[in-house]
Amino acid sequence: MNAPSNLKYSKSDEWFDPSSGAVGLSDYAQSQLSDIVFVEILVDEGETVEVGKAIASVESVKASAEIFSPAAGKVISVNKGLSEKPETLNSDPYGAGWMIKVEGGTTGDVMESAAYVKYCEERTH
Amino acid sequence: MTYIPISPKERDEMLKIIGVGTLDELFDAVPKKHRFPKLNLPQALSEMEALALLGELAAGNENVREHMISFLGAGAYNHYIPAVVDHILRRGEFYTAYTPYQPEISQGTLQSIFEYQSLMANLTGMEVSNASHYDGATAAAEAVSLAHAQFRGKRKKIVMSPTVNPQYRAVIRTYTQGMGLEEAGDDPTADLEAGPEFLTQFIDDNTSLVIVQYPDFFGRIYDYAKLIDAAHAKGALVCVVANPTALIMLKTPGEMGADIVVGDAQPFGIPLWYGGPYLGFFTTKKSFVHKMAGRLVGETVDARGQRAYVLTLTAREQHIKRERATSNICTNQGLLALASAVYMSVLGKSGLQEVAELCYQKAHYAAAELSKIDGFGLCFSEPFFHEFVLCCPKPAGEVNQHLLENGIIGGYDLGEDYPALKDHLLIAVTEMNSREEIDTLLEALKEVSHD
Repeated sequence: MNAPSNLKYSKSDEWFDPSSGAVGLSDYAQSQLSDIVFVEILVDEGETVEVGKAIASVESVKASAEIFSPAAGKVISVNKGLSEKPETLNSDPYGAGWMIKVEGGTTGDVMESAAYVKYCEERTH
Repeated sequence: MTYIPISPKERDEMLKIIGVGTLDELFDAVPKKHRFPKLNLPQALSEMEALALLGELAAGNENVREHMISFLGAGAYNHYIPAVVDHILRRGEFYTAYTPYQPEISQGTLQSIFEYQSLMANLTGMEVSNASHYDGATAAAEAVSLAHAQFRGKRKKIVMSPTVNPQYRAVIRTYTQGMGLEEAGDDPTADLEAGPEFLTQFIDDNTSLVIVQYPDFFGRIYDYAKLIDAAHAKGALVCVVANPTALIMLKTPGEMGADIVVGDAQPFGIPLWYGGPYLGFFTTKKSFVHKMAGRLVGETVDARGQRAYVLTLTAREQHIKRERATSNICTNQGLLALASAVYMSVLGKSGLQEVAELCYQKAHYAAAELSKIDGFGLCFSEPFFHEFVLCCPKPAGEVNQHLLENGIIGGYDLGEDYPALKDHLLIAVTEMNSREEIDTLLEALKEVSHD
């Protein structure tokens, strides 16, 4: 699994980029969900989100999941193209698969890359 | 399914786990006097006696097949049902119609649902159909839920035409209790001749759904294209409640740009049955499929390249999405959806067209003749399909009473729902009404006119 070291990770498998404010779903989560066929962003630009707020709904062929915001702040950008290409979440979770960008993001309980990798490995075994 | 017995040993184990000593103790919460209430029941009957008694009771019912001539529609219609429909329904493979939770094991059930969906989508001019709801009214209410979910609850208003079936409007109000929705347009005292564009004034940026009926409750045919464009301009969705028999002959709501088309498929192979069970159909555009309630079957190929059917997009279903699903009513009318699919397949395109044309021609013959009777007349001048509003020289209830005495079930008394239409009957004519029956109605109404 891949977990870039410049990102922070939540226990519910979202990533947060402190430099850009971007939020997305981790590589581990996308591989657990398998083929993602639907994504709906549940917040609009200009809205304020709290840590733990549901910001997106994702459906794969077998499961449905909600994505919770790992950071609080104002939503400055929403990846509108994502709903047209939900498979992007599988192919490029840390790049084109970003969901929203949050300004002034204060994070909740997040982990560094190494700790997150360990956390995922514990769940797999 | 395997029969799972409960032995005394298992029962005692369960009692022990929940911390109860005896079975009696388990029912302690139920007051003693309510545990075995004395029921005032007659003596038990033998099977032979019971059959005789039930036969006698059933003989007290009158029905439109043997005893009565009917011109009553208003949402449920008397059509001919080919014998093969019942024959297929009663096959054991189909009679237990619930889609199993390992659905792919039941390829036959899935195929029949897939065919039903395909036929319905074709009929309404829409891209997808689900596997049905309880009836037309609940399907219409599910359209409100879809629109509500599509806008994530941010648009709080629905616009309903007063000429949508009053029972459907009542069910929608029941379903949406607690959703905090504002309803507009649904005013039975409004100008009923205003035409559909009248609703445009109610549609704003807060409107999630506009609901109209086609033909409307009074049988009138309108092209809703302009209204639909106006709704879309405000970002709202439009649901058309449609009669399936009329759709055979008319421009489809899909062609008009409708987002959701619902209705009752009872006219397609389902008897009147004293009011139900019926069959709610629900069709929509592909882009709304993730917000659509209910089951959806798709066709694919299996590992060996053979045609196979699967439940598509199950992840959006209630048992997975739980409280986040659009709807938490999981029941559909699987068996009746099959009846409807068999009806459509057996009649085929030309057979269905024949049914629609017979309904249309007979209704227009009846309307022309009825309006010639002194004191009677057609209430509206718009084109109609197989149902029309007849204004009467006296209260509709009295007219119906006279008809009933002559073995005729008259039309629907519109005064019940529309204060301005007290002396008005909604008359439905189908292929089941012979020329002789229509002439019998004419004679009976002439007597009313002469009174």
